[in-house]
Amino acid sequence: MTAVALPVELRAAPTVLRRPEHTIEIVSDAGEGAQKCGQIFGAVSAKMGNGVWTVEIIPAEIQPPPRMAEGASGNRIRFGTGPITNGGDETNLIIAFNEQVLLGRHRLGALASDAIILLENSWATNSNPDIRTAWDKALAELSAQSYRIIEVPMEQQCLTIDENPRKGKNMFALGLLAYIYDRSLERIEEQIAYAFRKKSEEVYQRNVALLRLGLEWAAANLDFRIEVPTHPPTEALVVMNGNEALGMGALASGMELCAMYPITPATSVSHYLAEVFSKFGGILHQAEDEIAAVGVAIGASYSGKVAFTITSGPGFALKTEFIGLAVITEIPLVVIDVQRGGPSTGLPTKVEQSDLLAALFAEPGDAPRVVIAPATIEECFHAVITARQIAETFRTVVIILSDANLSTGVQPFPRPQLKKEWLAPELDLAPVKQGQRPYEWDPRTGTSTRSIPGQPGGMFTVTGLSHDEGSKVAYGAGVHQRATTMRSRKLAVLQQTLLRPAINGDQDGDLLVVGWGSTKGAIEEAVERARAEGIRASSVHLTFLSPLQPGLKEIFSRFRKVMTVEINYSDQPGDPFVTEENRRRGQLAMLLRAQTLCDVDCWTRVPGEPLRPGLIHKAIRDAVLTLTGARP
Amino acid sequence: MTHCAMLPLLGDDEREFALGDYEGTVARWCPGCGDHSVLTAVEKLLVAEQLKPEQTVFVSGIGCSSRFPHYLKTYGFHGLHGRALPVATGVKLHRPDLEVFVVMGDGDCCSIGAAHWIHAIRYNIHMVAMLLDNSIYGLTKKQTSPTTPQGFKTNTQPFGSFLPPLNPLTTTLGTTNVSFVAQTAEWVPAHLYATLRAAYRHQGFSFVRILQRCPMYTQGIYEEAVRNPGMIELLVHDDGVVAPELDKIYRNRATHDPSDLDSARRLAEDSTHIRLGLFYRNETRARYDLLRKAPKVTSSERIALLNEELDHYAV
Repeated sequence: MTAVALPVELRAAPTVLRRPEHTIEIVSDAGEGAQKCGQIFGAVSAKMGNGVWTVEIIPAEIQPPPRMAEGASGNRIRFGTGPITNGGDETNLIIAFNEQVLLGRHRLGALASDAIILLENSWATNSNPDIRTAWDKALAELSAQSYRIIEVPMEQQCLTIDENPRKGKNMFALGLLAYIYDRSLERIEEQIAYAFRKKSEEVYQRNVALLRLGLEWAAANLDFRIEVPTHPPTEALVVMNGNEALGMGALASGMELCAMYPITPATSVSHYLAEVFSKFGGILHQAEDEIAAVGVAIGASYSGKVAFTITSGPGFALKTEFIGLAVITEIPLVVIDVQRGGPSTGLPTKVEQSDLLAALFAEPGDAPRVVIAPATIEECFHAVITARQIAETFRTVVIILSDANLSTGVQPFPRPQLKKEWLAPELDLAPVKQGQRPYEWDPRTGTSTRSIPGQPGGMFTVTGLSHDEGSKVAYGAGVHQRATTMRSRKLAVLQQTLLRPAINGDQDGDLLVVGWGSTKGAIEEAVERARAEGIRASSVHLTFLSPLQPGLKEIFSRFRKVMTVEINYSDQPGDPFVTEENRRRGQLAMLLRAQTLCDVDCWTRVPGEPLRPGLIHKAIRDAVLTLTGARP
Repeated sequence: MTHCAMLPLLGDDEREFALGDYEGTVARWCPGCGDHSVLTAVEKLLVAEQLKPEQTVFVSGIGCSSRFPHYLKTYGFHGLHGRALPVATGVKLHRPDLEVFVVMGDGDCCSIGAAHWIHAIRYNIHMVAMLLDNSIYGLTKKQTSPTTPQGFKTNTQPFGSFLPPLNPLTTTLGTTNVSFVAQTAEWVPAHLYATLRAAYRHQGFSFVRILQRCPMYTQGIYEEAVRNPGMIELLVHDDGVVAPELDKIYRNRATHDPSDLDSARRLAEDSTHIRLGLFYRNETRARYDLLRKAPKVTSSERIALLNEELDHYAV
């Protein structure tokens, strides 16, 4: 597909740069629509047959003061001819709506040294002398780099169509990108129509006019185009972000009640469900607080189909007591934690993998539960279906750990072939078998059959007090020992059904990188790069964190060194006061050391952004060089 | 009712429930505890209304009164301190066919769970919520609760409770979308029963505050009112709590139309009398459970709908 035909006289003869992949950013002040521009570009690129990974650039506030370096809002899209599994390293081309947000990205080290910059230049002639001065200073700083800076009169152009260019620049920018990367206008217009489906025809028409204006300006003024070859997908694909995939997974699981309280970056799951859930016989309940949200989900689960709640770190902390209740009462429950930076309010819009230990252990008393972590957008979809099945089968709590990277990351994946057996079965209110007790634990497996209200003969009172098979409050220690054993046994049984994790790379070697969650794509790309240099590195990625998948100790024994890569905090060896004895390690590293007695090292960072494959690659190289005696 | 001697089991609709069908394990409350009276009144209500035990759920929090569900042979949920209402909300949203009763103490409802209390009133989901208010934390041994009288000595405020007690009636009546508020007392069984019956029959969220004495710690606070019916004013109305057997004992009566919210608030605020009766009832209030009623969707319909959803995201 090609862009709109332009009059021949407008066409200079642009240089066409052919690239296997490119990473672009669109950044603006919050509220100027850069995110919408980026989302549409990402979706269209995926539909045209590029591999795509999109990352949102989000300030913590809805409308921070304009023109602030730290207020940059927008999207980062990495797309290529082959599959793209992560956000990659540095940005090759950036469109900035003002020089300050651009400066912010520059200072964060987001831009490649030869990045192409398309910069709105109306600020240079702004009536406010302070703004003109700021522009001059910024341009001086940026010009000292080896970037290629192209000034674009975005505002001046947009004013020819729209008297409020602040609202229209994003579509103009989309037009620039459509020209540069030869994106299908037809598909873009489809996406614009969908994005503005709740607005008037006039709004749609104005946006399309701005899009075409940008495209025409680019055709007349730019001396280059960039070709990232597409290949039409060979199978049916869908493209969505991780939170949409979680929501759709919930629909495919047949769950009928989600109770939540708004919290970034989890909330957009509920935005999606709020639109469609009732058609599916579901209820999205926005509760009065995080505690009520999990309580409502537990009440619903107790009385019927497994229900779920969605939250992020601070909300997860508040839900802790109720999760313990679900564990001891063996009420199935699915908890989705879309992790962000912590502790406390932390980094509300930024990625981190710091809730692992909380998911595993945050509870008074012994409260075993299942913890799984999807690594891709596709796995977000399937994780919810799996979680519901495990929760029901084992009468247990299943926690899904997603994160801010997956939540807003957009990636195409094979269209799921839906199955009826994924759906929660209809409620069976048949009378309970005579004599069956509420917790008729199979002494070998700890599993039991639950009865739900409406079933004659099954009446009993669930209690958060320690209890026996009959749900009778336990006053003796023996009962508590037995009941605790039975709840724990279920995890051992589940563990026996899991597969050993697959090894990416050779089956043995110098270094094994172990990861979990959203870092999979970046880790595997880094391992590929290291292997291309002759480094004997491999990786495994864990989907189950509780119980851990089998075979880890044996797999670890085949490598000279095992190192986790995680987006959470660990002390750096050699830091002041830090010794081998007191070093605080990454969360998965702690778990693996305890479970395998292997000397698992870690390389972890909390940069508030996805780990770049280039940095992981360097960490792998350093680790192996240290191991082989050469200094890194 | 038709009985057939040939059938060992009665058909679903032919079962007749007696007191024994609702009785759970023997109550372990202290002798003289007001909870016993409430349990008796509730059992009487279950028999009178012939509620199916398997269709009935009692949800409670934590505290002496929250042992309530264990002493009944219905489904029960003895959960967390302060969190009975969210659980009940979940049950009723997912299973509107069930009859839901909530049992809370004053610490449960008015202190640790106060946020849920306010919002449950506003949701106005069809259920009966009972506040078993003995003005003290009993199970943890005599700490000040939000409804402890000012100056009353407890283990946490040994020189007397500092603040005037929270008034659960004005709090409830001041909340948007309130639909049923009544007050009764455990030592007036006829009134207690009549109030619970009215609460059960109300279509919406019925809030009943039950004044209680804790025989261990707050026996004295209503002692005078128990001995002297003149301290009590019954709110009477044809649409209110009707208990004619009390006519001769409680002569202090005020006619109050339960549809009059302003009057209800004035009566709840005024502390010259202990008032028992129906303060407010309004069945035209928005009901969240009805607004959120979900359609039944078959597996095939779900899959077809989800495929349509996926079409929106198709490459």
